Amino acid sequence: MEFPENLKYTKDHEWVRVEGDIAFVGITDYAQGELGDIVYVEVETEGESLDKEEVFGTIEAVKTVSDLFMPISGEVIEINTSLEDSPESINAAPYENWIIKVKISDSSELEDLLTSESYADLVA
Amino acid sequence: MKKTALNSIHIEAGAKMVPFAGYEMPLQYSGLTDEHLNVRENLGVFDVSHMGEFFLKGEKALDLVQKVTSNDASKLIDGKIQYSCLPNGKGGIVDDLLVYRINAEEYMLVVNASNIEKDWNWIKSHNTFGVEMTNKSDEISLLAVQGPKAVEVLQKLTSVNLSEISYYSFVYGDFAGIENILISATGYTGAGGFEIYFENKHAETIWNAVMEAGKDFGIKPAGLAARDTLRLEMGFCLYGNDIDDTTSPLEAGLGWITKLSKDFIDSDYLKAQKESGLTKKLVGFELIDKGIPRHDYEIENEEGKTIGKVTSGTMSPSLKSAIGLGYVEKPYFAVDSEIFIVVRNKKLKAKVVKIPFLKS
Repeated sequence: MEFPENLKYTKDHEWVRVEGDIAFVGITDYAQGELGDIVYVEVETEGESLDKEEVFGTIEAVKTVSDLFMPISGEVIEINTSLEDSPESINAAPYENWIIKVKISDSSELEDLLTSESYADLVA
Repeated sequence: MKKTALNSIHIEAGAKMVPFAGYEMPLQYSGLTDEHLNVRENLGVFDVSHMGEFFLKGEKALDLVQKVTSNDASKLIDGKIQYSCLPNGKGGIVDDLLVYRINAEEYMLVVNASNIEKDWNWIKSHNTFGVEMTNKSDEISLLAVQGPKAVEVLQKLTSVNLSEISYYSFVYGDFAGIENILISATGYTGAGGFEIYFENKHAETIWNAVMEAGKDFGIKPAGLAARDTLRLEMGFCLYGNDIDDTTSPLEAGLGWITKLSKDFIDSDYLKAQKESGLTKKLVGFELIDKGIPRHDYEIENEEGKTIGKVTSGTMSPSLKSAIGLGYVEKPYFAVDSEIFIVVRNKKLKAKVVKIPFLKS
């Protein structure tokens, strides 16, 4: 399992890639493996400002459904619409398929996120 | 936690193992969708050794079977199998099962793993006929080899002419060099194929022989997850989800295995239920709006009144649509009725459809 070092992670198995004041958010390789074949990603919070750890959407695999949590506070400014037609691309390449883009409202929260190393320990 | 005789083979094959009905069982290997589609297109092998096998033997074996099961076992001849259920004396279902007639005085009952003890005690409590009962669940392994290539692949392993075994029939024959193996033309997938029953000690030999015979035919092991989506596409009931101690076989759409022309536990109750008409029924439905139905989600009508509950639901790997089973009140059980599935506080439009979802 891979946990790229340039990303930050949460205990809820999301990854975060920061570009300026924008955060790209997806789910980790571990999460996609646990969920199994992903068939549906539902995000209806575009344009909303949400707090850290609030639910921003839901991801459904054939067998299970799981909530998606905000890794940091901010506004959901864009959702990855390509996932509508091919949600399974998250299974194939979890780090290339972001789910939402967030405009970060408090960059100090980034310090609370896990490093690649500490996330790897968490799921080991 | 119990283990089947093939436990280490599953782990070597990379299976994700989960606890199920007291056993550590393979949930999936290569992935649910891949395994599912491979069963529909080629061939999949399921270890379902957790299932229970009871043998009923004696002059009055048929009397006991007739009393505890809903289908008419007197119609069976040697080598024939019947799908049936055990009514619970209160209008519900103890379990669903297969009844094998080995000969006029010996029957094998195949029951769900989660219900082995409950079924055993239930049948035993009704054994006023002096029938000799043996529980061989822990000694027998069971492989379900399912898919359109089953005959072609398995024929290499036996001298029995497999294409002559009709659906819901079985024979004892040689298999993978071992004598007296029970080969049954049954399954829980709708993809065709066989279920092979044998003693635990032959498990590795038989597994390896089947995998070897199928290697040029796309054979792959398949887990419980694919077993569930495959059965759901066919609209087959799963005990604990779609049927249980509170659902009547008639409500569950199992009227075809409920033969009210004979006397059995609950036959009077079920006759009365049939005469007065059903007030709820298990139906298949397909989502029109985007989303996926899940077990226990509420079903509403357009006005927002609760009219039932989802018992099974999934995204169908073969149909690529969201399908489910659920009980709904009259009159919503008519085909094409518009119903709504409540998914995370949203009402998703669905319509009642005929099962099986997957037409052959």
